[in-house]
Amino acid sequence: MSPLTLTRRRGLAAAGWLGPAARRLGAGVAVLWAAATAAYLALMLAPGDTIDVLIGDGLDTPERRAQIIAEWGLDRSPLQQYGDYLLRLLQGDLGHSYVLQRGVGEILASQIWPTVQLALTAATFGVLLALVLALATAGRRSWLGGLVGLSELAVVSVPPFLVGILLLAVFSFTLGWFPVSGDRGFVSLVLPGLALGLQIAGVLGQVLREGLERALEEPFAVTARSRGITEWRLVAGHALRHALLPAVTLTGWFTGALLGGAIIVEAVFGRPGLGQVTVGAVNSKDLPLVMAIVLISALAYVTASTIVDLAYLAIDPRLRRSR
Amino acid sequence: MSLIDIEDLRVGFPRAGVEAVRGVSLSIEAGECVAIVGESGSGKSVTARTLVGLTGPGASVTAARFTVDGRDALGFGARDWRRLRGRFAGLVLQDALTSLDPLRTVGDEIAEALATHDVVPRAARRERVIELLDAVGVPEPEVRARQYAHQLSGGLRQRALIASAIAADPPLIIADEPTTALDVTVQAQILRLLAARKATGSALLMISHDLAVVSAIADRVLVMKDGVIVEEGETGRVLARPRHDYTRLLLAAVPSAISRGTRLSTIAAGGIALRTPLPERTVDHVAPILEASGLTAVYGSRTVVDDVSFEVFPGETLGIVGESGSGKTTVARLVLGLLEPASGEVLLGGEPWSGIPERGRRTRRSRIQVISQNPLGSFDPRYTVGHLVAEPLRGASSGSGSRRGAPFGSGSRRGAPASWRKDRVAELLDRVGLPADVAGHHPRRLSGGQRQRVAIARALATRPDVLVCDEPVSALDVSIQAQVLDLLAEIQAADGTAMIFISHDLGVVHHVADRVLVMRSGQVVEDGYVDEVFFLPEHDYTRELLGAVPKPVSAGP
Repeated sequence: MSPLTLTRRRGLAAAGWLGPAARRLGAGVAVLWAAATAAYLALMLAPGDTIDVLIGDGLDTPERRAQIIAEWGLDRSPLQQYGDYLLRLLQGDLGHSYVLQRGVGEILASQIWPTVQLALTAATFGVLLALVLALATAGRRSWLGGLVGLSELAVVSVPPFLVGILLLAVFSFTLGWFPVSGDRGFVSLVLPGLALGLQIAGVLGQVLREGLERALEEPFAVTARSRGITEWRLVAGHALRHALLPAVTLTGWFTGALLGGAIIVEAVFGRPGLGQVTVGAVNSKDLPLVMAIVLISALAYVTASTIVDLAYLAIDPRLRRSR
Repeated sequence: MSLIDIEDLRVGFPRAGVEAVRGVSLSIEAGECVAIVGESGSGKSVTARTLVGLTGPGASVTAARFTVDGRDALGFGARDWRRLRGRFAGLVLQDALTSLDPLRTVGDEIAEALATHDVVPRAARRERVIELLDAVGVPEPEVRARQYAHQLSGGLRQRALIASAIAADPPLIIADEPTTALDVTVQAQILRLLAARKATGSALLMISHDLAVVSAIADRVLVMKDGVIVEEGETGRVLARPRHDYTRLLLAAVPSAISRGTRLSTIAAGGIALRTPLPERTVDHVAPILEASGLTAVYGSRTVVDDVSFEVFPGETLGIVGESGSGKTTVARLVLGLLEPASGEVLLGGEPWSGIPERGRRTRRSRIQVISQNPLGSFDPRYTVGHLVAEPLRGASSGSGSRRGAPFGSGSRRGAPASWRKDRVAELLDRVGLPADVAGHHPRRLSGGQRQRVAIARALATRPDVLVCDEPVSALDVSIQAQVLDLLAEIQAADGTAMIFISHDLGVVHHVADRVLVMRSGQVVEDGYVDEVFFLPEHDYTRELLGAVPKPVSAGP
């Protein structure tokens, strides 16, 4: 094969994507396995009888004890128990909540959607706001830039629950534009989404603007200007991609902020969702449910960071394997 | 009609309180090559960028006359400038790795210039990009157009950068240090390419710190210093009969075969540059201080150093030349004991230096020191100069070998008394020609030449037997290079230090070295006394290297 046909071959493999992508996915699976194992170890090492721990605040009857022993295989060797546990997880069986007397999968399925909605709304608000502010102010020394910088600092410094309360006070109680609480379609998503999204917009906006400004001082920006392109084309066509690299790195932090923030924001706005479930599960010592939430969070993190790594490969060709 | 006609150009950066260009007059005719030569900070790049309105924000530009393409540019707005950029003048900067957008393909970068000025219809852009790459001598243009700058060699990406500058077929090319980051053979190719552009009628403004580089191609040379043009004239005349003392100093500071044994920094007096002889240096040929035999280094499946042997005697300088990727720096790492050879061995002072555990080397590390190309990168940015220079003193004075323990003890307990260290630092700084109060400064605040002096002071702190200099002057201006080379020569003469001097610059090596190794692809293709190798080269590669060196019309001291 001549070198020409080699480099000409299209597709992911030729572009050097396949190796890094496969490695990322493998690492993601390993992290999930580690999270599952950690949750399992926490259960086994919790003080007291494992059966008591699993029951938590639920009703303690001989039948239930027998059920737990059967479901968790507590009469068998530890290694077999662990193997069974992993196998069950692989089949998507998250076990039973003995407090709520329902399947854990069923509970989560009914509560995850409102949280996902909230998180996506907040993420969209955050990213859009950050982009608009960064593009509008990057590289310009103006009063607007100073003002935006100051507001970014302010929203980053104020915790989401306080932002939520302030938003409620202004837009619900005073102006009456949005409902105070509950889950009634998109209108009831706006304020909680903002409460959660503003913090993201603040941090992301700062990182994006800094990245844009750095990129605009690079030699390639001079070259691009020397071709006669407009400042806007320079920002949109060149600098933005460079600014996205550090911003994308934040997505991990972002996921954490969304998950953690959701719990608090859901409480402030009285919304259903994983936040309420988590608080309830911890309060009633519902360990099977807590373990499942740990796994879901791990899954969210792994998914986010895998997407980040793939996004890196898409944005920066230097990270693809070159030949 | 002149393409560019400027009188009394002044460019200032009021916020920084700097006046970078002070009264420059310049005209460029169609098809002419004009070169501006000067050192960093002379204002040459600012002048060049002002011609296309890219002086940067916060700059104040005034001129008695500023005509670009027959139009008065003093009243130009952003749109007027944009219309000229790319269409009237293409800009080629140093090092295409950073001057082309690393996240976009080379083809997209070139197409941007085509799209901005609607040179060809959208559908024909791809085809035109490939034609342009072909025109600047890029092989397999279809493949290269889809690649990124980092996937191309230095020469190819510089060609691609030139292709993007000429895409809209401008009558003027402004090339700002277009070959500075390149190997000599590649530099010669790029210069030929620019000369070919000129032959087709394109005017060229070359900006360079190197008189030799521009001499082959420029019709006229302007020598610039501190924002002022000190000398201007036809190239051959300026090089052969310089009128200004500064031009004479610049020419005399270029190291070459002629300058061997004399100082490069000269005193210009009465119209001639006076060379003073360096102190006599004696080479002790009894026993080599450093011996390398059959050195081989492997990275992955690639052999980067292949069976390299040499010896260095006390007081001697061994030059190593070769292009990037030839394995020069890997040899330095092997010699410094930073990399274990895959085979072969290094002896320092007759004792094994490679193939032994680091513990066995640590106490002897003070005997061999390194000076690198970029001293700032080798300095801890939080350290002051005094701290940096004193650092090896701690290790040296506590390094009596068997003493261990108290690793976190106070400085005075570990090493020599603090006052002694302070005196020694002042003494070392004095030796490299720096005032004692520099000790309190951070290296970031120093100039490039001062930083390299600090690096030398640090390397000398332990009174080493061997000094490994890896491209120590490659990042410096020619007059600063002259001072640093003089300093190294004086130190070597006084201390009898052996030196391994690695450089891609054959002139520098011819000036400093006694013997030389010519490396290519990890192998030594030729070695011997420097005059023999450079005057009577036996290997084709050596001849190729020598042939590629740009030669100025000799100024003759």
